[in-house]
Amino acid sequence: MKIVVLLKMVPDVVEELEIGADGKSLNTEYLRMITNEPDNHALEEALLLKEKHSGTVTVVALDAPEVDDALFTALAKGADQAFKITDGDGMLGTCAGAYRLVQTLFTIPGLLPADLILTGAQAIDDLDGLTAPLISHMLRLPELGIVTRVDVNTANATAKVVREFPGGVRGEYEVKLPAVLGIQAAEKPPRYVPVAKVRAAMKSQVIQSVPAPQGDGGFRSSPVVEMTKPKVAGHAQMLEGPAEKIADQFCEILATHGLL
Amino acid sequence: MATASHGVSSPLVACEIGLENLTQFPEGRRVWTCIQCGTCAGTCPYGEMMQYPPRRVIGMLSAGELDKVFNSDSLLNCVACYACTAKCPRGIDLTGILLPLVKEQVLMHLSQVPPELQKALENTLRHGNPMGESPRKRTAWVKTAGVPVRILPEDPRPVDVLWFVECYSAYHPRGQDNARATAKILNALGIDFAILGNEEKCAGECSRLSGEPGLFNSLMEYNMLVFEKYKFSRIVTSCPHAYDAFHYRYGVLGFKYDLLHIVPFLAKYVDRLKPMLKRKTDCKVTYHDSCCLGRHNHLYDEPRRLLQALPGVKLVEMVHNRMNTICCGGGGGGMWLDTYYKAKGNERLSERRVKEAVATGADVLAVACPYEISRFEDALKVLGYEKKMVVRDIVELYADAMEV
Amino acid sequence: MAQEIWVLAEQWKGQISDITYELLALGDELATALGVNLQAVLLGKQVKQLAQSLGKASSVLCMEHDALEAPVPEVFAQALAPVVRARNPQLVLIPLTNVTLELGSLLAAKLDAPYVNSCKNARLVDGKLRTRSVVYGGKLEVLVNPPQPLAILGILPGARPAEQGRGEKAPAVEEVRVDSLEIPAIRLHGYIEPEAGDIDISKQDVLVSVGRGLQNKDNLALAEELAAALGGAVCGSRPVIDQGWLPLSRQVGKSGVVVKPKLYLAAGISGAPEHVEGMKNSDLIFAINTDPQAPIFNVAHYGATADVMDLLPALTEAARNRKEAKSHA
Repeated sequence: MKIVVLLKMVPDVVEELEIGADGKSLNTEYLRMITNEPDNHALEEALLLKEKHSGTVTVVALDAPEVDDALFTALAKGADQAFKITDGDGMLGTCAGAYRLVQTLFTIPGLLPADLILTGAQAIDDLDGLTAPLISHMLRLPELGIVTRVDVNTANATAKVVREFPGGVRGEYEVKLPAVLGIQAAEKPPRYVPVAKVRAAMKSQVIQSVPAPQGDGGFRSSPVVEMTKPKVAGHAQMLEGPAEKIADQFCEILATHGLL
Repeated sequence: MATASHGVSSPLVACEIGLENLTQFPEGRRVWTCIQCGTCAGTCPYGEMMQYPPRRVIGMLSAGELDKVFNSDSLLNCVACYACTAKCPRGIDLTGILLPLVKEQVLMHLSQVPPELQKALENTLRHGNPMGESPRKRTAWVKTAGVPVRILPEDPRPVDVLWFVECYSAYHPRGQDNARATAKILNALGIDFAILGNEEKCAGECSRLSGEPGLFNSLMEYNMLVFEKYKFSRIVTSCPHAYDAFHYRYGVLGFKYDLLHIVPFLAKYVDRLKPMLKRKTDCKVTYHDSCCLGRHNHLYDEPRRLLQALPGVKLVEMVHNRMNTICCGGGGGGMWLDTYYKAKGNERLSERRVKEAVATGADVLAVACPYEISRFEDALKVLGYEKKMVVRDIVELYADAMEV
Repeated sequence: MAQEIWVLAEQWKGQISDITYELLALGDELATALGVNLQAVLLGKQVKQLAQSLGKASSVLCMEHDALEAPVPEVFAQALAPVVRARNPQLVLIPLTNVTLELGSLLAAKLDAPYVNSCKNARLVDGKLRTRSVVYGGKLEVLVNPPQPLAILGILPGARPAEQGRGEKAPAVEEVRVDSLEIPAIRLHGYIEPEAGDIDISKQDVLVSVGRGLQNKDNLALAEELAAALGGAVCGSRPVIDQGWLPLSRQVGKSGVVVKPKLYLAAGISGAPEHVEGMKNSDLIFAINTDPQAPIFNVAHYGATADVMDLLPALTEAARNRKEAKSHA
């Protein structure tokens, strides 16, 4: 089985996000980047499939701060190869990023066609599109997103795929491979890899750099006018004091609402 | 019962010892002197839960079957309390050397690391604290300290004491009580002190004892570089685990600074502190010897001296005290494995300990390690004793008595 | 270019979802401001009768085909693209839910049109269309000017009240033939419903909802006691269900159940948009979180920055005492 996993670095929201001087983009001074969480799940799903069916997992990411850590961690977890796309400009939108990824995938010898291309179902910085459907459109492959389970039948090149719907309902689909899947959650939480293993990967394995292709695919993006902190429509009336006092106030409120 | 020669591990090449090269180091060779007496298993607080107590781990190591241990979750029960190490008649450093190496393999072999533990380790790597809080919030508590606290990155002049605050005191609400109290006491004593502020990262000992020597090494390398940026005469830390890390492990990267935990540090000043104690503490206090300060470093008298100096304090001892203390259950990753232990039916060690504390009739359970505050307060609540007894760090008791 | 704004109706399992009416309300506002028609678009198999309720629009384009019965976004995109191309509306609003998530991106790619994701609002500013999108998990918002003609917007739930999008009259319905669709490489086999036998939280008057702030599964008992004291049930946010503390049927939020109880008590829940979506219309929302900046306080009516482990038992005791006092009175 040949699986390609696409990873993206996104702003780490543990840090306070600050708006830059231009009022329309992030202030990068204290900004830290972290792997898009659903992409971690995509990698985990790929590794689980590799354990079940053997084969290879190749991870590809656009160059970004802290991407090396992410790629070496992927290698330490069991990915076979890692590629970093370099020489492009900084923070790209999802559409331009997807275009650059696809164009590069074509240049990596032996990579395509892959049986499965997995990436996160969505990311917190998806403003002008989602990666999975864009990739599938450009590669002319079928796509399904919000996936929480993938069972591959290598004999007839299909996969049983589960997608999450509202209300806890799940849909079971049959997908012909090769396909692109947007993973929401892997069947198991992304595995832990000890730091020593990542450091060992940094010494013994390489991230292959691939130059970014020219062009941006002609995707029409919408100009950003302004970036703002959300306007708080209202705020809760805060109850203060020790727990017993808050509890009494709470009961009063419930009583006035006829709930107690 | 015969005790180990000193029960204390010697400074050692933490980065280089591994399961494959144990015999190249004196501490490693000592492992092979195990006589399979089983004292370790007998004294372990979770001994009945462990399929592979230390004795069996060494047995499997000899038999070349250690992978069976790697594939078992038995070692997740180890809370790194040093009980086995303290009692081992051969003086084998089980807790400090052997078990972390085996635990590292367990973490790699487990099909799933318990999520809370995984998150704590990932947070420590990424943000330098197990809570996953932003490093830029590490000094948030300083604003409410009530006294000036110099932050070296902002004011890098040489200083006498570098106070290594550590994660729980910096981020946890109850830990911040401790940090504020400490700052006030140091200020009252006129000590010239400063903190590393947001440049401080976890010293890493609990990560190491959980089975992450790699994570520990990366934190050690980082902290040593930060130390080298500033000029200070000595280091004082609020966390016994940080003390252990600096004292026993950081030597490999050249750590030579004068080092004390805050309790023995303050104990030196007890005569200067006594006249400052304005308010009578007036209660029965029982002191919990922490695993690191107590059993591992034999610092039993200093905390008691400090407590007895408080006016009106009557000190009573729990059944298990000094070297026989019962761990609060927070070490070795235990801080993040409560749900895991509960699912396995392990009694919470903190509850076991709190029952002993309440049995003394004391009003206050005094502690000297940041993990213990939240663990014992939680245990008191679970057992319904929160009106009978409170948990206070020695530092908090002093700040109260000094009315600072 | 046609003087039209289109709203894609979300039809799932033979029903029109509430978000459709929210989009129709928004679409109606924009259409009125631009002086153009509002067109609804309905795709599915044997769904024509559903068009009746879409009367906020002047007309409904109804596209029926066997292959459109199951929710497969790329099949929908394939059916829709040529019709959009032929009719050339200036704006297409697409609901953003688990049914349609990828559709906007796919459609925009096929049509070579700009797509704006995660819109919580859209309006005209100085005669130009401007959208407000949520990014970085709700921490920041971005104002965007989608170039026109033909921009495609993915609209989040809650942009407008659904009541404003319901029409009184039945709209004109135009049946549009669906050109032959490629045999899809994706087929829906069936649905897996959540475990039966558990309670339906959407029917409860009182919900005590727990999040990661509860810290571990044992503390669930605290929530259960409070729920029992208040005559309600326990539910939770997604992380709590992922950890296995509660079954899937108890999940509140975008991927779970949308609830509107009389009382929603959020304990240790931060208030991420995906969760808020599932409970924001509750009559009375009370939030407990140690972080005063937690977004949940922006949607709650009352709040307390207390430790859930302290407050939940206190609330339980107070509630029980009150009930006892009442029964003795």
